[in-house]
Amino acid sequence: MSDASIYRDKFPQKNPDGTNQIDLENGKFIKIWQGPNHPGITGNMSLELVIQGDEVMECKTHVGYLHRGFEKLMERRRFIQCFPICVRIAVPEPDFNEYCLSATFEELAGIEIPEAAQWMRTLLLEMARLQSFLMWIGGQAGSFGMGVIGQWSNYARDLVLDRFEEITGGRIYHMHMTPGGVRGLAPEGFEKRMEENLVEIEMIMKDIQTTMFENAVFKKRSIGLGYIDPSWVYDYGITGPNARAAGIPKDVRKDYSYLKYTELDFEVITGKDSDAYTRADLRRREIHSSIDLIRQILAKMPKSGEYMAKVPNVLHWKIPKGETYVRSECTRGEFGYYTVTDGSGYPRRINVRGPSYTHAVALMEKLAVDCNIADTAGLMVSLHTYPPEIER
Amino acid sequence: MKELIARLKKQFKITDEVYQKPDQTYITVPQEQAVALVTHLRDYEGFNHLVLLTAVDWIEENLFQLIYLLNNNDFKADLGVRVMIDRHEATMTSIHHLWKAAATYQRELKEMFGIDFPGSPRVDEPFILEGWDNIPPYRRDFDTKKYSEETYFPRPGRTTHDPAEYMKKKLYPED
Repeated sequence: MSDASIYRDKFPQKNPDGTNQIDLENGKFIKIWQGPNHPGITGNMSLELVIQGDEVMECKTHVGYLHRGFEKLMERRRFIQCFPICVRIAVPEPDFNEYCLSATFEELAGIEIPEAAQWMRTLLLEMARLQSFLMWIGGQAGSFGMGVIGQWSNYARDLVLDRFEEITGGRIYHMHMTPGGVRGLAPEGFEKRMEENLVEIEMIMKDIQTTMFENAVFKKRSIGLGYIDPSWVYDYGITGPNARAAGIPKDVRKDYSYLKYTELDFEVITGKDSDAYTRADLRRREIHSSIDLIRQILAKMPKSGEYMAKVPNVLHWKIPKGETYVRSECTRGEFGYYTVTDGSGYPRRINVRGPSYTHAVALMEKLAVDCNIADTAGLMVSLHTYPPEIER
Repeated sequence: MKELIARLKKQFKITDEVYQKPDQTYITVPQEQAVALVTHLRDYEGFNHLVLLTAVDWIEENLFQLIYLLNNNDFKADLGVRVMIDRHEATMTSIHHLWKAAATYQRELKEMFGIDFPGSPRVDEPFILEGWDNIPPYRRDFDTKKYSEETYFPRPGRTTHDPAEYMKKKLYPED
């Protein structure tokens, strides 16, 4: 800090690694905390921001406000007892946890699941994607000051939750996928009610398209915000819409074709400009793609048939020694479970790979620098992060 | 995948290989070759996506298993590089220079397993826990039940069922 220029310049000098030189004593900088209880934060985490004027000079992510030790708890429980725990890892879309954990145990124990169960799982995952994106779009609009869009989109999300309730009995946590298959098929008349909801959601999306994506305020604030260079994608472990908005066509559904995705017709949606607006628009297109996929699934899936494979007595279930990694494409990117079993009745280790782990820590700390403090909330929501999957 | 492993075997001492799925293989290498192998895979074999880096505690054998799960998106293949390190001298070379995201994984491993990665950015700062003075909690010898009984007060009026007994009664009443 001996260099006198730091006191004269409008902006601080840079360190060799590109970070800003900060001296909290010289009165030019203020340190403020955004979170853990803050409307501009996704869930319970906090950003430690050093600001100069209204520009962010340094950002550090702090997590741990939600740590419940899921991975450790699962090591002390029988395989079937892991299911009520795993869904809590990503609250707005628990189905991806259920799928990954069920598929892991099935693979390690050598269980084949019936055709109808595979279709049912695909349907549930797409419905989860749809409702999660609908909730997200409200958050993104809200963080730029458009509160009413969140009310419309949450109504649309509630329509999907009604259909979830019809199949599974639960609205948020479904626990419908268990090792061996699913707990039941769709009831009579489900397709008709789902179609009515999809038509209504499409109408709401049309309104959102006009009021949000063609809104000058939203465009002005989000275009150019949080630019992700395509060359960072592998360096920072970026996946999902954040990578696809940078023009990198990475989609686990297409690349690794789990469940019934090979039999469905869909395109990997990519963007070009890689800023907050492109990411928002990409997720809007994902909503339409998801609606289309749900229609295809409902047309193709069997209405009856075996939906549960034979599973041993779950209280004495021992899985042979092995390890595997099962991935799926959740709304935020690659979601996976790395599981090690040791031949006993308990898992040896379960590690959850959540996309927020890389997006909200390393990437967010980089993107927030030189960003206006009023835009950090919008930036964070545009990365679509959930804290519980960072700290598990 | 088998061709790749054969190619790697010429340069590295691969001791164990498991072909878990057509697109997923796990190999074990000695500790001193691990970072060289991971760098080789990233630079020459196209495994440029670090899916995850985590550890498994094999307390019976006094070993930690580190796993670097790498993904090649062109060939749609995963390669898990396992490294066994001594539990008592748990130190490993950092890979934060290869992937920016690796520093976060290493910070978590230091906190949760006590595996040190000298030189990794902010590796000594607490990541999730604050003011933790017990043994690293994800080690097998850390007893979660004992810890919570000692730390938190019991709530009167709460009954606890043995989960196995309770589930047996609910799920298989005829047994």
